[in-house]
Amino acid sequence: MATKDSHIISVTVENKSGVLARIAGLFSARGYNIDSLAVAETEDPTVSRMSIVVSGDEKILEQIYKQLNKLIDVIKVQDLTAEDHIERELVLLKVSTASSSVRNEIVQMVNIFRAKIVDVSRKSLTIELVGSRAKVDAMIDLMKTFGIKEITRTGRIAICRDNNKEK
Amino acid sequence: MTGAKAIVECLKKENVEVIFGYPGGVVLPLCDALYDSGIKFILTRHEQAAAHAADGYARSSGKVGVCLATSGPGSTNLVTGIATAYMDSIPIVAITGQVATNLIGNDAFQEVDTTGITRPITKHNYLIKNIDELPTTFKEAFYIARTGKPGPVLIDIPVDVQRAEIEFHYPEKIEIRSYKPVFNGHPLQIEKALSLISTSKKPLILAGGGVISANASKELRMFVEKTQIPVALTMMGLGSFPTEHKLHLGMVGMHGTVYGNNAIMETDVLIAAGCRFDDRITGKISAFAPKAKIIHIDIDPASIGKNVPVNVPIVGDVKIVLEQFVNNAPEINIIEWLEKISEWKQKYPLTYKNTDGLKPQFVIETISELTGGDAIITTEVGQNQMWTAQYYKFKNPRTFISSGGLGTMGFGFPAAIGAQVANKDKVVIDIAGDGSIQMNIQELSTAVAEKIPVKVIILNNGCLGMVRQWQELFYKKRYAFTCLKGKQPDFVKVAEAYGAVGYRVIKKEDLKKTLVKAFSHKEGPVFVDCIVEPEENVFPMVPAGASLKEMIGGLA
Repeated sequence: MATKDSHIISVTVENKSGVLARIAGLFSARGYNIDSLAVAETEDPTVSRMSIVVSGDEKILEQIYKQLNKLIDVIKVQDLTAEDHIERELVLLKVSTASSSVRNEIVQMVNIFRAKIVDVSRKSLTIELVGSRAKVDAMIDLMKTFGIKEITRTGRIAICRDNNKEK
Repeated sequence: MTGAKAIVECLKKENVEVIFGYPGGVVLPLCDALYDSGIKFILTRHEQAAAHAADGYARSSGKVGVCLATSGPGSTNLVTGIATAYMDSIPIVAITGQVATNLIGNDAFQEVDTTGITRPITKHNYLIKNIDELPTTFKEAFYIARTGKPGPVLIDIPVDVQRAEIEFHYPEKIEIRSYKPVFNGHPLQIEKALSLISTSKKPLILAGGGVISANASKELRMFVEKTQIPVALTMMGLGSFPTEHKLHLGMVGMHGTVYGNNAIMETDVLIAAGCRFDDRITGKISAFAPKAKIIHIDIDPASIGKNVPVNVPIVGDVKIVLEQFVNNAPEINIIEWLEKISEWKQKYPLTYKNTDGLKPQFVIETISELTGGDAIITTEVGQNQMWTAQYYKFKNPRTFISSGGLGTMGFGFPAAIGAQVANKDKVVIDIAGDGSIQMNIQELSTAVAEKIPVKVIILNNGCLGMVRQWQELFYKKRYAFTCLKGKQPDFVKVAEAYGAVGYRVIKKEDLKKTLVKAFSHKEGPVFVDCIVEPEENVFPMVPAGASLKEMIGGLA
């Protein structure tokens, strides 16, 4: 469940070495928690976007926003939680398949969740799922009954919806 | 030209006249280029002192201070100095050598990750891996150091980059898309602030170090003259408003004046200018200025609302915002408030028992009197710092130089050297303790060699006084590791061993004439070892974490 305190912050930064360390260092030095962090180049190769999921009260978030802005390499900070936005996370799940009946049951679930099976072995299935955090969490929860061998998640990324109203 | 020559050219373009530093393996090309460059190089005897000297130079002159060290231990020795400058928002540029680019990451001789180590204590830092980036990096570094909320910037330069060839061209202008400090206060916020002030019956200004770094003392004075609003100061704000002005309420906070702290507790509108509400100022946050609406002017948005909730935030340069305040200053009638304050001032002045013994407060008062409040005073950290803050009657900004944020013992002496280099004609005095002076005492050698006539007044009480005071008050007089009596060197002999002059004062009546003698000495540094009463404490005092009304001492 996404708590009220969980915020997804989109930070555009100079695409230079050491920037990730500056951001990570800021969070650890000031005692803020990072729940997840995803980073990659944007449409402009000199700029990277970081999607950082953090939790904290209003005061902490205000400080996170201001402290991030203070870093010289940070171009823009946006709290997407406050705006209309789309959020996705990708997860790869390796699930045990002890018998063929279990295998069928898992395939059904995968279809219901519109996930994909990306690898099959004698003892396991690997599932790829993209969705909101709630969907990913629900899928993981269901798969626990079969026995999850391994999980890897990207952490959430998000983008703002464009406003259709003309300005 | 070579990278090293290009660095020298960059420094000249930034009008750097002096560098404090220490040579080493990977800065050899740069040192060689500096050797006959016309830029003065002051060789300190420890890199930490180079950083503090650059800091003192910057604080006293308003210019960017520059220090230089080699890689590895050279750069780690700078760390305390850089952190000191960072906490107090002082513009310095630190240049460090680094091992050759092909060796970086190989645990080479004298290699450390300098940019990694200094990341949290610099405003920004750079590792120049490509010679073509060198001129822009220097331009950016100086610009970032002195603009916005000033701070230290470090440039790490591998030795092969110093040797590489470049066609030198220094950028005229700089544009950093991700760094755009705000200078003008938002007009709506200013309007809100002024209308709040106009309704106030008990307004109070709290001036911090930002007033000094923004060179806003004149504007502060004008605003006060127009409105008659009294001024309390943070320690970092000392000098921004003349001590002898009738509306001056002295330093507030842990060792603040009773009347200053009372004013904080009673004010209905607190105008905080260029301060960051450090815990040494606020005491218990929930009990700080309980009756006040707070207006906070600061160049750094992150300082606003960080510690204390603020009603009217104004992001901007304190000088410009105060100018806007002056132009639209409201007419207010606060006679009752001013009467109350002068009543407090009379009833609870800063005071100590002046006996026949040599009291540290008396030493400071005498220095203040002899210099007319116009010397540049640096301090170490501890009781010496607090007594100076309380008893020296500062007149002008940039004359009180002290490590406020980090609280660095060993800061005062090298900072005084830097301040003296920037202000050749001024009397520069470091007020030290017998503990802290030993943290950079090797700089006697620098001052003697360069004929820098800094005066070091040691308030020698034979102990680490401030910690001892806390032990007396809060640790049942168990004086763990704070007694130095009988374990100290003879400071007069130490001074003499370095080729400096040393005096000792034991009797109160000898103080004045010894100080006069010391102050008139122009050829090099002087130590004055003042054997003061060992049990003297700094009062008044608010225990850590208590409300400003819970003051110990000073109420009699």
